[in-house]
Amino acid sequence: MKTIKNGIFNENPTFILMLGLCPTLAVTTTFEGAYIMGLCVLIVLLITNFIVSIIKNIVPDNVRTPVYILLITTSVTALELILKKYVPALHETLGIYLPLIAVNCLVLGRALSVASVSSVKKSVLDAIGIGLGFTLSLMLIGLVREVLGSNMITVMDGISSFTGYRAVYQVLPNTKILPITVFREPAGAFLTLGLLLAFFNFLKDRRSDVK
Amino acid sequence: MTLLQLFITSMLTENIILTKFLGICPFIGTSKRETSALGMGVSVTIVMVLSSIITYLIYNYVLIPTNTTYLRTLLFILVISSMVQMSEVIIKNHFPKLNQLLGLYLPLIATNCAILGTTLLNVNNDYTFIQMLVFTLGSGLGFTLIIYIFSTIRERMEFARIPKCFRGAPIALITASIMALVFSRYFG
Repeated sequence: MKTIKNGIFNENPTFILMLGLCPTLAVTTTFEGAYIMGLCVLIVLLITNFIVSIIKNIVPDNVRTPVYILLITTSVTALELILKKYVPALHETLGIYLPLIAVNCLVLGRALSVASVSSVKKSVLDAIGIGLGFTLSLMLIGLVREVLGSNMITVMDGISSFTGYRAVYQVLPNTKILPITVFREPAGAFLTLGLLLAFFNFLKDRRSDVK
Repeated sequence: MTLLQLFITSMLTENIILTKFLGICPFIGTSKRETSALGMGVSVTIVMVLSSIITYLIYNYVLIPTNTTYLRTLLFILVISSMVQMSEVIIKNHFPKLNQLLGLYLPLIATNCAILGTTLLNVNNDYTFIQMLVFTLGSGLGFTLIIYIFSTIRERMEFARIPKCFRGAPIALITASIMALVFSRYFG
């Protein structure tokens, strides 16, 4: 429990460690894309951390990184094939950012720094914590960007062929303020992440001041 | 689209950092000094062009005929990391001056998503060989240009009075956001 909490708050991959930012910025134009990408990273993290922690004693030190990279890439490829088969629309939206999980510094970083030195149980828990932390931060960014940028919340659209129903909501029906289209563009991604980071820094500073 | 248009688009309007978010880690992390930004940019461009040529040939003449395109990520990563190793050895042995400039950055770019991203885009977009070459060169030069401009802005920012909670990464991201706006509007 403590490890999971640590992954979500103290070592949040997006807002504290600042790892794996490419997908964070690219797929968060919709809420749906954001949480699906988060879940994909969570699954890849889980598989690689689990396998790495099992084979850590067999792999010689000098070929550690290449072996881990191949392991990560294999699981990413498997995930890609599954998505392509069951939810092709989503596979289309995530585009090249799905195979790019393979070179995500977050996954390799956790494999090298945690899974290769800890027990199986601890590595799996760490993967869940970090993965959840990543998913939640992506969801937050996706929510902010979609509400401001398109005045909508897409909960299920691309995966509707799989789950059976669509869920797309409009936020404010009669308003002239929204949408602010800049948030849909790449510039909005940088802006949202920058402002959110500043906000969390502000909260952290205030908390340490009170103490 | 003519080749010149493709070059300009890939370098400026659809810059890989500012519109496709590839290579953000070195962008935020290492671009604090002008010289290191240039070193990083040049190394990325060299490795990007070399590995694009090889991955393009492998994809079109090995993977497509044998119907194993799902292996592309795996193979591309292998090609990129061996390209990085090879250029490291060659530069170290034959160009000692260049080695001083680039030596530090070459090993880092094996896991740079800008390179894997570009090689994947090349095959996704069904470019011809020449188009692929122009696109890759444009992307690499665009990467170098943006990372260089950004490093000069950051050097100035060290003397600016920035509110405490914005210092470091937040202000860097907001700067990037403004740059993205400028580049997409001005040239588009």
